[in-house]
Amino acid sequence: MSTYVGTGRRAGARLVEPTSVGAAGVTLGVIAFVLAIPPIAARSPLWPILLGIVAMLFGTVAASRGAYRVGFGAIAAGVLGAALAVLATRSSTAHLNQVFTASLIASMLVFATPLTFGALGGMFSERSGVVNIGLEGMMLMGAFWGIWGADKTGSWVWGVLIAMASGGLLALVHAFFAIHLRADQIVGGVAVNFLALGITGYFFVQLYHGENVPTGVSQIPTVQLTSDSSHNFFADSFGHLNLMIWIAILFVPLSYIVLFKTPIGLRIRACGEHPRAADTVGINVYAIRYGAVVLSGILAAMGGAYLTVGYLNTYNENVTAGRGFIALAAMIFGNWRPFGAFGAALLFGFSTALAFRLPVYSANGAVLFQALPYVLTLVAVAGVIGRTVPPAADGRPYKKQ
Amino acid sequence: MSEPLAPRQGPAPEEIQQSPPTTVASRFAAWQRAGGILVPVLTAMLAFLIGGLLVLVTGHNPIQAYWDIVKGAGLNWIVHPTNTDVANTAAYNFSQTLLQTTPLILTGLAVAFAFRCGMFNIGGNGQYLVGLYVANWIGISFVHMAKPTHILLGIVGAALAGAIWAGIAGFLKATTGAHEVITTIMLNWIAYWIGNYIFQQGGPLQGVANKPLNIPISGDVAQSAKLPVFWGDADLQGLHIGFFIAIGALVVFWLILNRTTLGYEVRAVGYNPDAAAYGGIKVRTNYIRAMAISGAFAGLAGGLDMLGYLYHFGTTDVQAASIGFLGIAVALLGRNTALGVGLAAFLFGGLLYGTTHGLQSGTIDPSLAGHLTEMIQGLVVLFVGADVLILAVWGSRRRLKRKRPTAGPAPEPEAASS
Repeated sequence: MSTYVGTGRRAGARLVEPTSVGAAGVTLGVIAFVLAIPPIAARSPLWPILLGIVAMLFGTVAASRGAYRVGFGAIAAGVLGAALAVLATRSSTAHLNQVFTASLIASMLVFATPLTFGALGGMFSERSGVVNIGLEGMMLMGAFWGIWGADKTGSWVWGVLIAMASGGLLALVHAFFAIHLRADQIVGGVAVNFLALGITGYFFVQLYHGENVPTGVSQIPTVQLTSDSSHNFFADSFGHLNLMIWIAILFVPLSYIVLFKTPIGLRIRACGEHPRAADTVGINVYAIRYGAVVLSGILAAMGGAYLTVGYLNTYNENVTAGRGFIALAAMIFGNWRPFGAFGAALLFGFSTALAFRLPVYSANGAVLFQALPYVLTLVAVAGVIGRTVPPAADGRPYKKQ
Repeated sequence: MSEPLAPRQGPAPEEIQQSPPTTVASRFAAWQRAGGILVPVLTAMLAFLIGGLLVLVTGHNPIQAYWDIVKGAGLNWIVHPTNTDVANTAAYNFSQTLLQTTPLILTGLAVAFAFRCGMFNIGGNGQYLVGLYVANWIGISFVHMAKPTHILLGIVGAALAGAIWAGIAGFLKATTGAHEVITTIMLNWIAYWIGNYIFQQGGPLQGVANKPLNIPISGDVAQSAKLPVFWGDADLQGLHIGFFIAIGALVVFWLILNRTTLGYEVRAVGYNPDAAAYGGIKVRTNYIRAMAISGAFAGLAGGLDMLGYLYHFGTTDVQAASIGFLGIAVALLGRNTALGVGLAAFLFGGLLYGTTHGLQSGTIDPSLAGHLTEMIQGLVVLFVGADVLILAVWGSRRRLKRKRPTAGPAPEPEAASS
């Protein structure tokens, strides 16, 4: 699969591995763009272009030494970085300041949070060997039943708990079909998505007559690190973030520890890599897989609950709008690892946040910018940076003997 | 930092022997051998049963609701089929059901064709939409063209647009290995936002007359681009000749798959890509080709809908479009065969029209019934995916012949979803 990793080591004599050269090229490409936007906002296109050219050179060197993917990635980053930077230097500083503010970071975190929950959930499921295309549906269940719970009980805590239960329940259906009935996991996942769309749609009409839920529903509180009046970089970016955002960020290292540093994590990974071997040493493969899939549903539903109970504070039909699939892409992009998935979620979150701000350049194209995260996901999945390696038994039903 | 366990290139040898067939196409082949027409019928009945339970639980009469849906779909017209006058409600509803069946056949074929090549095309909705946009654009432009050429251009353009849209996913799969499920879903959303852009206020396809009124709807296609209507009135959504084109597509689908080299290669790749490659078939080329043909069916569906009865489209229509998604349930219920897709499309066409437009019922709210369709669709896909029930029965029967009965009773799927 990924061929470039070992190339440098085998050469031995080389001082710098070609992958590092390529990575440096990608970084330079990014820096080229960063130079042109606030707070630096260089008005001359010279430096970004020079940096872009250096990035392209690095990429060429890396590619010529066998690190094709990261090399071409660096070349692409150089071209894109320089081109975007030139565009930025052409546009007025007022517009730039409107788009690239500290609150862009807060906005990025807002949009990255449901993706982070979903990606972490998907990671647990797939690490145990069950493909979970149904993340979208589980997220949608969490979004609807979360706001319903918060509305009926008057408490966001119950809302989130009910959301988690609903997502876990739908995941249980998926788990039963995938594990016990050994149904095709992709078909099952798609079915779960339709089911969630039908169930939430049906009950939205039944309970709320298809209109917006009552306003003033109990909302997940915001963590106030700074006072409302203070305006500096920290206050604008991290000062007033929703509690769920912090929980999502906390869950990233937590998932890492659970998955890679605990016996239960080892068992989950064993079931995903070689279930027969895991079974032989006494691990209950079915139990582990059930647990992991249900956990993925619970996590995805938390992402959905954040969307409605934490962020929008209302509900519309199909409110998740493909976020579960983007979360899945983030997980793949992050190579089935918590920090990688979080990084990818931040990238997609950033593109969404940017899409909401770009309309200052073209009010007419505002709608078109909304497609940006999906285009980016498409490009990312197509593997600009590197091909990822799924768990060996991912998507493979296991039959006990 | 601890590494994950060493990645392997494929399944361990013992797993190949012991686990049941796992790829979509090999499963499908085993399933094809194992069951008859009975399985899809049972699947559909089970889905309707569970849907009915939900209707009951939420305080409506399920039998009355389903009967209303049957009447809404105009199926009671079959009792007096000689009365084709569309002033008759039943006859009109039945013609509308066939109108809905037309695109469902084609989006079902789109999913089925990709399935036969071992791919899961859930981008039918995006391909349907781009086909629709292109047909709308062609229908509005070229106003001085003769009717046959204008129609032909519109239809071919729509199919081509769908083919390109799906071809992107096929190309990405062939060159980078990106999974087609994710790429087609992303392409769906991109098509969705493109539609929201082109029909919005000031968008490139917004109707000239709609601009001052601030209505985000395209203009009507020219008279020369409208498909002839053979049952009913063109002003009242009569049934257009696109219905026969869809029936023809069923035949074409069967011919391509069973009577051409291309179809042979597509099926070979679907059964086992490694074996096909060993036999000299270019697997990557076939991925792209199969996806493009698959997309062409879906794009054609969009083209026929646009030139057949919609004539114009707006941003709210883009947001509500779900014909392409229903195609998945149609293909799976129809077991990816031409005849099966035709029958399943008719079932879902009836359900679609019967629950939304045709429903005049005091029993169940039409918008509630519309979501019932979605749920039944989900249940059908869920149960069709669980073919292991049939495999288990089939396997135990064969083992019974050879040795002793070993397999225990298979678990019932009802237990999971009730």
